[in-house]
Amino acid sequence: MRIHPLGDTALLAELGAKLDTALNTRAIALATALQKRRDVRQAVAGYAAVTVHFDPDQTTHDALGAAIKRLAVKRPPMAEPGRLHRIPVVYEGQDLEEVAARLKLTPQRVAELHSKPIYRVFLVGFVPGWAYLGPLPEELELPRRHVPRTLVPAGAVAIAGRQTGIYPLPTPGGWHLIGRTSVKLFLPDRDPPCLFRAGDRVKFFAATT
Amino acid sequence: MTVVLRVVEPGLFTTVQDLGRPQAISSGVPPGGAMDRFAHRAANLLVGNAEVDATLECTLTGPHLVAEHSCLVAITGADFEARVNGQVAPTWTGIFLGQGDRLTFGARRSGGRAYIAVAGGVEADRWLGSVSTNLMAARGGLHGRNLKAGDRISAAREASRPVVSGHHLPVRLRPNYANHTLFAIAGPHLKRLDPDGRTLLFGGAFKVSREADRMGYRLDGPKLATSGDELLSFGLTAGAVQVPHGGQPILLMADHQTAGGYAVVATVVSASMPVAAQLVPGDELRFAETTLERARHMRASLAVALDTLRNPSR
Repeated sequence: MRIHPLGDTALLAELGAKLDTALNTRAIALATALQKRRDVRQAVAGYAAVTVHFDPDQTTHDALGAAIKRLAVKRPPMAEPGRLHRIPVVYEGQDLEEVAARLKLTPQRVAELHSKPIYRVFLVGFVPGWAYLGPLPEELELPRRHVPRTLVPAGAVAIAGRQTGIYPLPTPGGWHLIGRTSVKLFLPDRDPPCLFRAGDRVKFFAATT
Repeated sequence: MTVVLRVVEPGLFTTVQDLGRPQAISSGVPPGGAMDRFAHRAANLLVGNAEVDATLECTLTGPHLVAEHSCLVAITGADFEARVNGQVAPTWTGIFLGQGDRLTFGARRSGGRAYIAVAGGVEADRWLGSVSTNLMAARGGLHGRNLKAGDRISAAREASRPVVSGHHLPVRLRPNYANHTLFAIAGPHLKRLDPDGRTLLFGGAFKVSREADRMGYRLDGPKLATSGDELLSFGLTAGAVQVPHGGQPILLMADHQTAGGYAVVATVVSASMPVAAQLVPGDELRFAETTLERARHMRASLAVALDTLRNPSR
């Protein structure tokens, strides 16, 4: 594990550099364990790293880094299976035809492949309610759009690389839009204010409306 | 609670801010809070509040406010030529407003963000543990938006202890806002810059572009070329200097995106963030590499300055 300072009040603990469920499980377990410490203000799991915001009056980068290394060598507790969300998708996204053509598949086949796996929520972040889901089947792998859209509507279901996700709010975005859902991802009047949590599982199914 | 101030003119962009909602980062919600935490804290302490109480953050121009009830206020941060009933008002000082007194602002003389604290704290909507305004979610602050004409501002509570005007923070105890050197710690991905890039980062002059807001500042100046594979997204922090593929660095500020996958080549230390918060488009800045030890000393000297306001019995 490598620990890097992020200024004087945060650090980045890197567990690896691969998109990998086991690494992500360790990152989430480490973030959960760190969150219980009094000197930690917030610990956020990334794909394969944990960003730790700490109180510099209670600890130092070196002391917290050593504690993190001790925690990380312990066997992580058996990961509980995350909650399973079933999300209806109307596969009529603006980019569906183009995606199908580039992948040499039919639009229907793209929908079938996309709705087949049970995805993992690797990371919640970027904008409120956004979750990085994956891994996407290799047959659907495409780089991001060259020119991002300035506005993607809320509820758009999108793919890029080995990842998929749902735009929770109207925001700019560079992913390929293959469908839409009516499920609300960002729930501002709940705490926590988003449907998905890191470690949850997501299954898409084709809906007609 | 008692309405203390009425908004005649809101100023360009005035929002309610406190120290933010760090625990919401895990939901993708920006931490928010005052951009210049030093000025925010000092304003609160000058009127007898707790540091976490809400203040008004005024961007580039100040509002025009009328006191509906007498109250103690303090104005800190940027210098927008504060006046009470047309007379120049002292800043970084607790000042008493009588009923009907008018607090106005003139031209921007220096800095980008002024803070107005009111004894008792500004009453506002609480969301996820903070009253900081989040425009994207339309939550916190005054109905989740910036101030507009006709708004009424109440004190969150009666001033908890006897407060007196005239407390003051001398210039020597304030951040040196005029020196636009931001001290920064080398970031986790600094090695993705070639040696020339590293020299440019810690030595070149950058300029705050027009794309600068509470989320972050895009910086004009030398382009920084990064190399290496795509990074997996990870959690970000205010002060991080991100380099996207185009090579134009972005300094993340209070309402930053909570996660991203661009190289973080440096992170501005907490003691330099008040200076960063006061930069406006067109301002030149430089990054100076520093150590965690130096950062601790800088943080301690700002804490000592605030302590003088906590115990103002001298």
